[in-house]
Amino acid sequence: MLDYVLPRYKVMRDVDLCVECGVCERSCSNEVHRVDEDLGRVVADHMKCVNCQRCVVMCPTRAISITKWPQVDTGSSNWTLGYMQDIAKQAQTGAVLLSSMGNPEPYPIYWDHLLLNASQVTNPSIDPLREPMETRVFLGSRPGMLKVNERSRQVVSAMPAQLKLDVPMMFSAMSFGSISLNTQMSLAMAATELGTYFNTGEGGLHQDLEGYSDHAVVQVASGRFGVDPHYLNAGAAIEIKIGQGAKPGIGGHLPGEKIDAEVSRTRMIPEGTDAISPAPHHDIYSIEDLRQLIFSIKEATLYQKPVSVKIAAVHNVAAIASGIARAGADIIAIDGFRGGTGAAPKRIRDNVGIPVELALASVDRRLREEGIRSTVSVVAGGSIRSSADIVRAIALGADAVYIASAALIALGCHQCGDCSSGKCNWGIATQRPELTRRLNPEIAAERVVNLIGGWTHEIQEMMGGMGINSIDSLRGNRLMLRGVGLNQKELDILGVKHAGE
Amino acid sequence: MKRIYAIESWCINCKRCEVACKTFHSASRDTVKAFKTEQPSPRNRVRVEGSKLLSIAVNCRHCEHPKCVEGCISGAMTKDPLTGVVTSNPEKCVGCRTCESLCPFGAVRIEDIQGKGFAYKCDLCGESLGAAGEPSCVAACPNKALIYVESGC
Repeated sequence: MLDYVLPRYKVMRDVDLCVECGVCERSCSNEVHRVDEDLGRVVADHMKCVNCQRCVVMCPTRAISITKWPQVDTGSSNWTLGYMQDIAKQAQTGAVLLSSMGNPEPYPIYWDHLLLNASQVTNPSIDPLREPMETRVFLGSRPGMLKVNERSRQVVSAMPAQLKLDVPMMFSAMSFGSISLNTQMSLAMAATELGTYFNTGEGGLHQDLEGYSDHAVVQVASGRFGVDPHYLNAGAAIEIKIGQGAKPGIGGHLPGEKIDAEVSRTRMIPEGTDAISPAPHHDIYSIEDLRQLIFSIKEATLYQKPVSVKIAAVHNVAAIASGIARAGADIIAIDGFRGGTGAAPKRIRDNVGIPVELALASVDRRLREEGIRSTVSVVAGGSIRSSADIVRAIALGADAVYIASAALIALGCHQCGDCSSGKCNWGIATQRPELTRRLNPEIAAERVVNLIGGWTHEIQEMMGGMGINSIDSLRGNRLMLRGVGLNQKELDILGVKHAGE
Repeated sequence: MKRIYAIESWCINCKRCEVACKTFHSASRDTVKAFKTEQPSPRNRVRVEGSKLLSIAVNCRHCEHPKCVEGCISGAMTKDPLTGVVTSNPEKCVGCRTCESLCPFGAVRIEDIQGKGFAYKCDLCGESLGAAGEPSCVAACPNKALIYVESGC
């Protein structure tokens, strides 16, 4: 059957600069480039290009660039080329459309409609280079009342288990299997150096990462891969994954070909079998069931580790979060619909869930109204793109944020969205040894540490400008935010005033 | 002395080191001219051996007691007593291939330039014979598969 699907990209090669060295050919796992000896030049199979830009970066003479396939659409705003290509693909294969990374559709990005405040005249701004600026955050439940022995100056009330973060950001869950061990290793090394945490995702803790387990949040998801008492006790905290922003209501499916010996051992499943995470946890059909799992985990870890519950931002998120707090969770992680994934059905990714900004603001308000905000920490994730997004998230009520896409971009990810093919040219979303080798954790960890270091400086600068010297004083401080171009309903949900008010 | 070490587990067979080496050892030090116009065409001294599944850059080790220097019949191949850098002087080299056959690593090659053979090997990107520079292959390696350090790894 003739395939009606068009190429998405066109590889442009500046023939004046191309020296036919073949670096592009050897760099491309999709076999786009080929040095053609007969023609005496390098040719490209445009159809195979996924726009990962590895060749663009690797080319010693910068001879390559990638453009959109120069096909004009019908001119219809309704039948766009995108929809028509999706139909062509499904007519060819009869399959569900698969996609990766976060929701790319042009829904409102509320971060871009929130402006930050700064001090002028009536209150002094603070110079973070000259004065202390606290970015440390503790995650977990806070006791209702503190008893302090004044004489010995010590807290005597029992403190619940907490996580100490030196910076208000953690790396969100990405499992071994969906990403390479070198990627997890890079994030683990960076988290350790930065005084924060990486998250194992649902794929278990690889034995090579045990040395970093003090800085690991270990995840328990519906597939329960790699979960045993050792695993639960190895991490600094345990996260129950109920949902993921990129695919709320959907489970996961890691195909058997990605379950090699290492993934098999770590996930504790046979080699070559599909790793299927059911859509629900089959033992959680209510808040009471969730409470049972939370306390089973707390029992198994002797109440020494905070338990987090991660949910996707969906319509009724505030009520769900209230239930999670009452079920005994120490941390609630909310993942917005722009959060990434290794693989999700395209229609789910592009149409299900709500923006994390609105979810975060309404969860924070609901928990405060119910007087239970201090029993739980809130972590927001799902496309945090810059330090300014982090400042906004904290001002909307987050205790800390989860970042993953940004961390992967620091490692080389170019958001091509072809993770599910397993041919990631950057060595991130792949298990092929010739590709995973491309990510040297020594370099990658340094890049992530650089990124987070830069962001931390920027957060300090922005807080200093506001006259605030700690994350704790910024948290939920909506007076530091003003909306622009938002309607009254949006402002009400976010709990912020319009600029000029 | 500082030497270049190749780390097999991080070599990704891209051969950017070869391109950088050829560029550095060209008259123009311009990649496009080095590949397309310069005559005689410059030669790279580092070579990546293997395939995409397993590869490694083969480079001169600048041995403590270099066989190539011992065997050189014309006095072209020398080890600088101060820097320890082993280089071949093209003005003295007669292309006899003794060094090529003696090198235990296959790091010396005789290349034909206009009908005459010359020994080509890594000179650590020194600007003059026996001087060490900043190796361009190490700078070009995207994955730290080539490192330039004092001791082994």
